Amino acid sequence: MVEPREVNILQRKAEEFLQIFRKGEEFTQELLRENERLRFRVAQLEEAEVASRRTDELAFKNLRERLALLEEERDRLLARFKEVEEENKVFASKYLEVELENNNLANLYVASYQLHSTLDFEEVLRVVQEIVINLVGAEKFVLYLRNERTDELAPAAAEGLNMADVSPVLVGSGIVGRVGETGESFYQESIPVFQGIDFDKPLTAIPLKINDLVIGVLAVYKLLVQKPGFSPIDYELFSMLAGHAATAIFSSKLYSQSARKLSTIRGFLDLLRERPGE
Amino acid sequence: MSNVLVVEDSPTMRQLISFALKRVPGTQVTEASDGVDALKKISGGRFDLLITDVNMPVMDGIKLISLVRKDPNHRDLPIIIITTEGADEDRKRGLAVGANAYLTKPIQTSSLVKLATDLLEGIAPQAG
Repeated sequence: MVEPREVNILQRKAEEFLQIFRKGEEFTQELLRENERLRFRVAQLEEAEVASRRTDELAFKNLRERLALLEEERDRLLARFKEVEEENKVFASKYLEVELENNNLANLYVASYQLHSTLDFEEVLRVVQEIVINLVGAEKFVLYLRNERTDELAPAAAEGLNMADVSPVLVGSGIVGRVGETGESFYQESIPVFQGIDFDKPLTAIPLKINDLVIGVLAVYKLLVQKPGFSPIDYELFSMLAGHAATAIFSSKLYSQSARKLSTIRGFLDLLRERPGE
Repeated sequence: MSNVLVVEDSPTMRQLISFALKRVPGTQVTEASDGVDALKKISGGRFDLLITDVNMPVMDGIKLISLVRKDPNHRDLPIIIITTEGADEDRKRGLAVGANAYLTKPIQTSSLVKLATDLLEGIAPQAG
C-alpha cells in the first residue's frame, strides 16, 4: 500500500516530467519551424544565385563582345595610323621634291630671263658667265664661239683663266672640237681631282645650238671647291644654256652687226643728202 | 614688314635672291650692286637683314660688313654672306668680320629662304 505522501511526490514528479516533456515538444516545434524557415531561405538564395549566375554570364558575354569590337576598332585604327604615317612620309618626300623643283625652276627662270634681257653681245656673254659661275658653280671655263670662215671654235669669254692662254680649237678636233662638230654634249663620268688645266680634257662640254646649228661650245674645266660634282639641275641648266644662250648670243651678234650696218647706211645716206647742196 | 637689302654685283644672282625672298610673305627687298651702293641705302633706310656677296667691285662684302658692324645702330643687324669662296679660311674670315651665316654658291633658294626667315625671327643659324 502506497502512502498518500508518496502518492503526492509521485504526482508532482509526473507533473514535472510532463512539464519538461511539453517544453521539449515546444522546443522541437520551434526547431522544426526554424528548420523550415532556413530551408526556405536556402531555396531563395539558391534561386538568387542561379539568377545572378545567369546575369553574370550575360554581362560577361556582353563584355567579351564589346572587347572584341574594341580590339577590332584598335586594329583598324592602328592600320589607319600606319597608312597615315606612310602617307605623311610620301607627302614629306613630295614636299622636298616640290621644293627642289621650285628651286630648279627659279634658277631656270632667272637664267633665261637674264639671257634674253639684253641685245648687247658683251652683256649676253657676261650673263652666260654669271650663270655658269653662280648657278652651276664652275670656277674655270671657256666659252668658245664658232667662226664659220675658219671652221674654228675661238674663245669668246673665259673665267678663272687668262684668255691669252686659250687657243682656238678646230671643229672636229679633240673633245671640244667634236662637241662643236656633232652637237652632242660631253660629260666626264666622274670628277677627277684638279691637277692643272688641260684644254682638251674638260669636265663637260656643252654645244650651244640653234636647232642643229652649233654656234659655240661651253667647256667647263674646274668646279668651285665646295661643289663635288654635277647635280640634276646642272644638266637642266646646261640644256637650257645649249638652246637659250645660243639664241641670245646669235641674236645679239646679229643685232650688233645690223646696228653697225645701219649706222654705215645712215652715213652713206647723209653723204648722199649733202651732195646736192654742195 | 621685313626689309632685306641684297648686295650683289651679278644681276643674275640679285634677281635669283630677290625672287626667292619675295616669296616670303611680308618681305620687301632692296637691291644694291656693291658695298658703297649698299652703305648709301643702309644710311637712308631701315633694314632687318643684309645679304651680301664677297667679291664685288668698288667695295667688297668683307669691307662692307666691317663698316656696318662699326655702326652702333647696325651691330645687331643679321648678315648673310653668299659667295663662291668656299674655302674654310674664307668662311672663318666672313664669320669673324661679323656675318651671322655663310652660304656658298650655287645656293639652294629654299635653304636661303629658311635661313633668312630664321634670322628675321631672331633664331640663330645652326653652325655649318
